[in-house]
Amino acid sequence: MSSPLFQTHKLSVMFGGLTALIDLALEIREGEIVGLIGPNGAGKTTAFNAITGLIRPSDGKVYFKGQDITGRRAPYVARTGIGRTFQNIRLYQDLSVIENVMVAGHCSVRYGVLEAVLGLGRYAGEELRIRRQAEDLLDRMGLLSLAEEKAGALPYGSQRKLEVARALALEPELLLLDEPVAGMNPGETEGFRGLLKRLHAEFSLTVLLIEHDMGFVMKICDRIKVIDHGVSIAWGTPEQIQADPQVIAAYLGQG
Amino acid sequence: MSPSHATETTSHTRDRFLSLTALAVLGVFLWFAHNYLSGYVIRILNTIAIYIIVAVSYNLINGVTGQFSLQPNAFLAIGAYVTAILALSPEEKVQSFIIEPMIWPLSKICLHFPVSLAIGGLFTTLIAFLMAVPVFRVRGDYLAIVTLGFGEVLQVLANNLVPITNGPLGLKGLHPYTTLWWSWGLCIMTVFCVVRLVNSSYGRAMKAVREDERAAEAMGINAFWTKTLAFTVSAFFQGVAGGLLAHLITTISPGMFGFMLTFNLLTIIVVGGLGSTTGAILSAAIIVLLGEGLRTFEEPFTLFGHYFQGVAGMRMVIFSLLLIVVMLFADRGIMGREEFSWRKLIDWARSLAGGARRGRK
Repeated sequence: MSSPLFQTHKLSVMFGGLTALIDLALEIREGEIVGLIGPNGAGKTTAFNAITGLIRPSDGKVYFKGQDITGRRAPYVARTGIGRTFQNIRLYQDLSVIENVMVAGHCSVRYGVLEAVLGLGRYAGEELRIRRQAEDLLDRMGLLSLAEEKAGALPYGSQRKLEVARALALEPELLLLDEPVAGMNPGETEGFRGLLKRLHAEFSLTVLLIEHDMGFVMKICDRIKVIDHGVSIAWGTPEQIQADPQVIAAYLGQG
Repeated sequence: MSPSHATETTSHTRDRFLSLTALAVLGVFLWFAHNYLSGYVIRILNTIAIYIIVAVSYNLINGVTGQFSLQPNAFLAIGAYVTAILALSPEEKVQSFIIEPMIWPLSKICLHFPVSLAIGGLFTTLIAFLMAVPVFRVRGDYLAIVTLGFGEVLQVLANNLVPITNGPLGLKGLHPYTTLWWSWGLCIMTVFCVVRLVNSSYGRAMKAVREDERAAEAMGINAFWTKTLAFTVSAFFQGVAGGLLAHLITTISPGMFGFMLTFNLLTIIVVGGLGSTTGAILSAAIIVLLGEGLRTFEEPFTLFGHYFQGVAGMRMVIFSLLLIVVMLFADRGIMGREEFSWRKLIDWARSLAGGARRGRK
């Protein structure tokens, strides 16, 4: 079997004396959709932050495409091809919807400051390319008609979709989604599931997602990792997870 | 070509035509002012241009990139001193430096004004670049304190490095090289460069850093380099503006570049609307004009038939009242974060005309 696209090895994060994540081991193969679930405060978002370089892991390793990216800073990780969304939506509120997506195109821009100021060389072509890419992504998300609105003025569900569009503009191979359907009603969640399935196929994405909506997770994920209080307690297919006594105990509590 | 593309292109051509026309009108006005208006008016026009340069570039770091930096007085001082030192002739330097003679290589240098101006700008950029590493380790209030401190350190240096700066005596008898053409030419160049930069991908990166630094980093934007870019570009134009200011006033001393200067500029960009280049331009012009116009209240004057004896310092009182009014009615400044565009102006004029027509019926 080929080596996994993404791997963490004994990834741990400590905040002072508090251990938020202990020895997380993940293996994601190319094209998989993997769920990371667990009760509140289990360390899921901490794991995302440690992977994407927003916080420094205390211990362990992160490998992506066979490369050690442990402790690399966020811009570097993003440029290697890991895009992410945030649990508490972090859009650039005061920029327009299309600008939000175009920001992520900055990594791939190939013109210098002087070319930008003088409007020469690759400037016009590159700007057009990023704009077309952003329009294409907004179109797929059904947000194209809102392109010139301020991102902060969008309804909640659209903001979530915009975050996904922005992450996709990085042209990532691995997409990390932090509670993508939180706050959506069942209809919207179902719509998002279809959308994610399509994007997954069209962009040949690999996805790691955190979600509390178990119906959503069980339907869309190939494999699931469960953590509780920073410790991994289960790893397997949705069927295996649903039958796991430790998972049931963690979610429902033990009598 | 699709219809929407066609209209895009025609409006683009129209905007370019209107912009060039506006520039030509400004050119004719400057020519007229240069030949027919009094020295006092010309001086005010020069001051406006210089303040626009500084406000627009200050807005780049403070408004667009969102880093609360208090550096303009320092950068203006560096630009002013470097330009003045390079442009003075060796004989003039001997006359000025009466406490201690100037150190050797500097005492013999004498360059053309444009060359000194360019070196002044570049030297300021270099200093900004070196500063960026310690300065951008901190954010928010801490950044403000560090940059404020830098200005104070610079003033102390200017006072004590007598063989270079002539200490508290300052440099006197600079040539009045700053004509309307220099100040407004460089002003237009600054606005052009800054606007182009803000509208490019680099500008979007700066705004992303302002809006949410962590989210910007997660999208592959290196926040440190983005801030450094804004800071150094800002420094270049502020250095040039310092050189222009020095050769407008024709005398500089360390006391001129105190914190009050930065405070004035901060007022300008906040009143204009943080993040709006248009706002910075409008506000710089308005505040310079008000600063002059309100002087009438410090001299005896008659209002509605009543005679008032002017009170010294009255203009600052009125000025602060006006600022309070602005902040009450437009808490995001005159322009907010909006920018000028010909389309908006035309739409606005049409709606005004429409309103007037309805009013008559």
